[in-house]
Amino acid sequence: MMDDDLRPDPDALLAALPAPRGKLKLFFGAAPGVGKTYAMLAEAQEKRAAGLDVVVGWVDTHGRAETEALLVGLEVLPRKQIAYRGKQVAEFDLDAVLARRPALVVVDELPHSNAPGSRHPKRWQDVDELLSAGIDVYSAMNVQHLDSLNDVVSGVTGVAVAETVPDHVFDRASEVRLVDLPPDDLLLRLAAGKVYLPEVAERAAGHFFRKGNLIALRELALRRLADRVDGQMRAQREVQSRAPVWATSLGVLLVLGHGDEDSAVRQAARLARALSAPWHAVWVDRGHAGAAARSSVLTALAQAAEQGAHTLVLAGPAPASLIADYARRHNLSLLALSQRGNRPRWLGASLQQQLAQRAPELNCLILAAGERAKGGTAGWRWPRAEAGGWWQTTLASLALTAAMLPLRGVLDAANLVMLYLLLVLLAAVRYGRAPAAWAAVLSVALFDFFFVAPHWSFAVSDIQYLITFAVMLTVGLVAGQLVASQRQSAAQAGRREAHTRYLYEMARELGSALMPEQVGEITGRFLQASLNAQISLWLPDAEEQLEALPDTPLTVDAALVRWSFDHQQAAGQGTHTLPDAAQLYLPLQAPMRTRGVLVVAVPDALALADPDNRRLCEAVAALAAQTLERLHYIEVAQQTLLSMESERLRHSLLAALSHDLRTPLTALSGNAETLLLALQRAGRAEQEQAALLLAQSQRITRLVTNLLEMARLQAGGVTLHQDWLPADEVIGSAIAALGSMLDAHPLQLDVDPACPMLYGDAILLERLLVNLLENAAKYSPPGSPIRVSAAAEDGRILLRVADRGPGLPPGDPARLFDAFSRGERESAISGVGLGLAICRTIADVHGARLSAANRHDGGACFTLSLPLRPPPALDFDPENLP
Amino acid sequence: MHALTALIIEDEAAIRRFVKSALEDEGYRVFEADTVARGLIEAGTRKPDIVVLDLGLPDGDGLSLLPDLRSWSKVPVIVLSARVDEVDKIAALDAGADDYLTKPFGVGELQARVRALQRRRGGDAGEGNGSLVRLGDTVTVDLANRSVSRDGEPLHLTQLEYRLLATLLAHRGKVLTHRQLLQEVWGPGYVEHSHYLRIYMAHLRQKLEADPAQPRFLRTETGVGYRLL
Repeated sequence: MMDDDLRPDPDALLAALPAPRGKLKLFFGAAPGVGKTYAMLAEAQEKRAAGLDVVVGWVDTHGRAETEALLVGLEVLPRKQIAYRGKQVAEFDLDAVLARRPALVVVDELPHSNAPGSRHPKRWQDVDELLSAGIDVYSAMNVQHLDSLNDVVSGVTGVAVAETVPDHVFDRASEVRLVDLPPDDLLLRLAAGKVYLPEVAERAAGHFFRKGNLIALRELALRRLADRVDGQMRAQREVQSRAPVWATSLGVLLVLGHGDEDSAVRQAARLARALSAPWHAVWVDRGHAGAAARSSVLTALAQAAEQGAHTLVLAGPAPASLIADYARRHNLSLLALSQRGNRPRWLGASLQQQLAQRAPELNCLILAAGERAKGGTAGWRWPRAEAGGWWQTTLASLALTAAMLPLRGVLDAANLVMLYLLLVLLAAVRYGRAPAAWAAVLSVALFDFFFVAPHWSFAVSDIQYLITFAVMLTVGLVAGQLVASQRQSAAQAGRREAHTRYLYEMARELGSALMPEQVGEITGRFLQASLNAQISLWLPDAEEQLEALPDTPLTVDAALVRWSFDHQQAAGQGTHTLPDAAQLYLPLQAPMRTRGVLVVAVPDALALADPDNRRLCEAVAALAAQTLERLHYIEVAQQTLLSMESERLRHSLLAALSHDLRTPLTALSGNAETLLLALQRAGRAEQEQAALLLAQSQRITRLVTNLLEMARLQAGGVTLHQDWLPADEVIGSAIAALGSMLDAHPLQLDVDPACPMLYGDAILLERLLVNLLENAAKYSPPGSPIRVSAAAEDGRILLRVADRGPGLPPGDPARLFDAFSRGERESAISGVGLGLAICRTIADVHGARLSAANRHDGGACFTLSLPLRPPPALDFDPENLP
Repeated sequence: MHALTALIIEDEAAIRRFVKSALEDEGYRVFEADTVARGLIEAGTRKPDIVVLDLGLPDGDGLSLLPDLRSWSKVPVIVLSARVDEVDKIAALDAGADDYLTKPFGVGELQARVRALQRRRGGDAGEGNGSLVRLGDTVTVDLANRSVSRDGEPLHLTQLEYRLLATLLAHRGKVLTHRQLLQEVWGPGYVEHSHYLRIYMAHLRQKLEADPAQPRFLRTETGVGYRLL
């Protein structure tokens, strides 16, 4: 009746929660040598002195004596040695810290890049994993390593920085402490050899450590920190205001593909952050990008995604309208374009002009060209697909000329030109722009040579044929361009349509899958068909060990599978975790839990960099995960049905057995009692035998009752009807149930009036007490008292039954509770030793402990210790009726 | 004074035999039936003062007889059953039975239950006059004045305690299930709050019983309900 009051144990709930994320404290400086490591270690020492478990995961003291002195007393973890290109490289040992589980770990040099073969390519990713594991981290970095400021810093100092940290790491750090040192002091320290060893210091002073540089860097650092504080303040204000101010619909759309992608992504990311606006990055694939350009754009898209952008590849011949549509659909009002080289006016309106025409409501921002891109748009080249037509166009031009030669006098030159024009157009449509241009050049030359007076010479007497040439060339190029775009967008649309169809068909097939093996087979088949990929599906078994489905030819890194499963994050190719791996590891995340890991191996490494393909893999993984979850619940439902059925069977079997045993026993004991009463009334001597008959039948009855009870409990089909029970009512009903059996023993009841109510099954607890009291009566001499008490102690309710008998037999008291174990072998006292086993089973199902001990002044004492639960409240005033 | 009659509906002759002699000892004229159908006919023709009904009968569950019987008679019914689940007991009590005995049972136990039920049917003639009801030797309930006294001293009961006591008194000798009591005393919205009932029963025993842990008249039917003897 009170079953719905079974609240989950809060401790269990807490244990099930993931550990809270650790806190990151960043020591932030403008330049090397300002004393970040020193400050960090000094603070670590303070924490250690305060009793915190602090270890040093990685610190490089650069030979500075004061800093080294601060390491004294701190536990420094050994570094991991990684073999790389024949050398041993020392790296931070992430697993050692995870295994050691300190409260706080010091990991210096956050921007460091790990040696290839490490779990993560960057140290900040190691730190991120530490934080996820609930470990606090102290780390340090300089302003020039911030991703968004990278360009600015290299512009100011002339020194390019390769190792960067994404801004979100900086922004999400729990605390950033600025370690500041005025430039003059820093230069003094440098001169005193406190920053670098003397010979390095000299070189550094000439380059990086110019005073002007240092002032600029310091300003950048201070400003970045001020931005961070400002952002926190704004966030705080938004949280506090009851009706949050709606974010303006200012979103940033970065259009890639115009060269200098890296810098464009960084600038757009910085812009979006400054505006606290969402941002998207798109690339219009018009089909003429070469492999290198394509790869650089795709890499930039991946970077943008990493910086928080939504990314998409669009395809179509009219970029301006595609972009304008996209921006309107996603409510992005600020377009960011990187500046394109010097586009000749005569090629027509530039993209930004077209955009201004098509979408005047959009703001257009031209991003500054980065340092590295000033050479223009490298990598733009004739598309490979067009390379085929050179011979064909040459032959066709020659053939056309040969065919027209006899007609020289018959047809007008203008009509002959038309035929050449047709050839150029056909070349453009068939082979693309370059062969078309070639056809145009060749056609003009042949026409000039053969058909324009003076014949058989290239001399042009009439300037008007230049127009002919220009028209042919233009037609060739324009037609070629149109066809190429059309083809590209058709191909992309085809690919997308194919992906959708694959997913649709796969969903349909998965819908009828009944075994995990089928899920693996279907998933593998579809990824094979769509990406030419091979897969391996890893599923957890009952012990949460991941096992690959059989028949997968892939060799897979099982540790990475485990990592992806545990962290619910994608790993391997194209991700942050072991990007050098040959495969992509996708966790199968279903609504209830992670159902396994899908490993995808694609022959073309670049294929996974395309957001479309990556999304396809993720969609496939999601479908597989949902199917696996569905299969899991089907299994659960079947098992439940099965166990319900078997329980029903057990129950009816026991009920039949119970009925068949109890009916004759009733007749036996009832008639024996009637006989006894009749003989007593008649004063006959045979009444003694009748009494024996009755006693023995009652003994068998108790035995049968216990046996049936044990069978019922052990069959596992016990449903607890838990309820709130006053202790004295439970004890009282047990005593009443025993009736005359306790007549020979004076009862001492001691129920503490303050004893709270028990939460349990009334019938089972009564059974337990009946058995304990019965034992007490059986094993103690007649006339000796039996004491029953109830009281709350130390958060538990203790029910005790104590007698003045011979006490427990020697040996382990816990053994008494085993079935068929008795205090004395073959004793005259009846019973088969089921009583205490039943008691223990009942205690177990209540989450209670049952123990036995000897009383120090003689006799045995059995104690039932029930967990104390907060009693329910009465939700009405007892004096006034509802 | 005409002899009281009893009807035993039970298919096991050996059980019928001793139940019959137990009832005859109590002064009943006993009729017997061994099927549900026969039992209904006997109950209609003999108009018994008490019915002892076995649940496992050859032509059906004894419970199926109760709705028919209850449609025209208020005769006390004691159910006999080999089923031990409290769910079965509650089902029998809800179907209209007054008491329940699990096999095997003692003769004395059966006779005590029969006496308790017969006392209610006898209109409390011997228990007191008019609205005065005696519980045991010490407690007197005045139904007209809604007052209770113990050893001649007036007792203060809260409204709810009195209402609980009055409900039990109205069905004296009969086992009332938790649900039945909660519904009558607290109302239909409280039938799941059985801890209310237990708390108030404990209060009532503290006030009325000499030894609340071993009550003489406010008896616990474990897992099922309470009964006032």
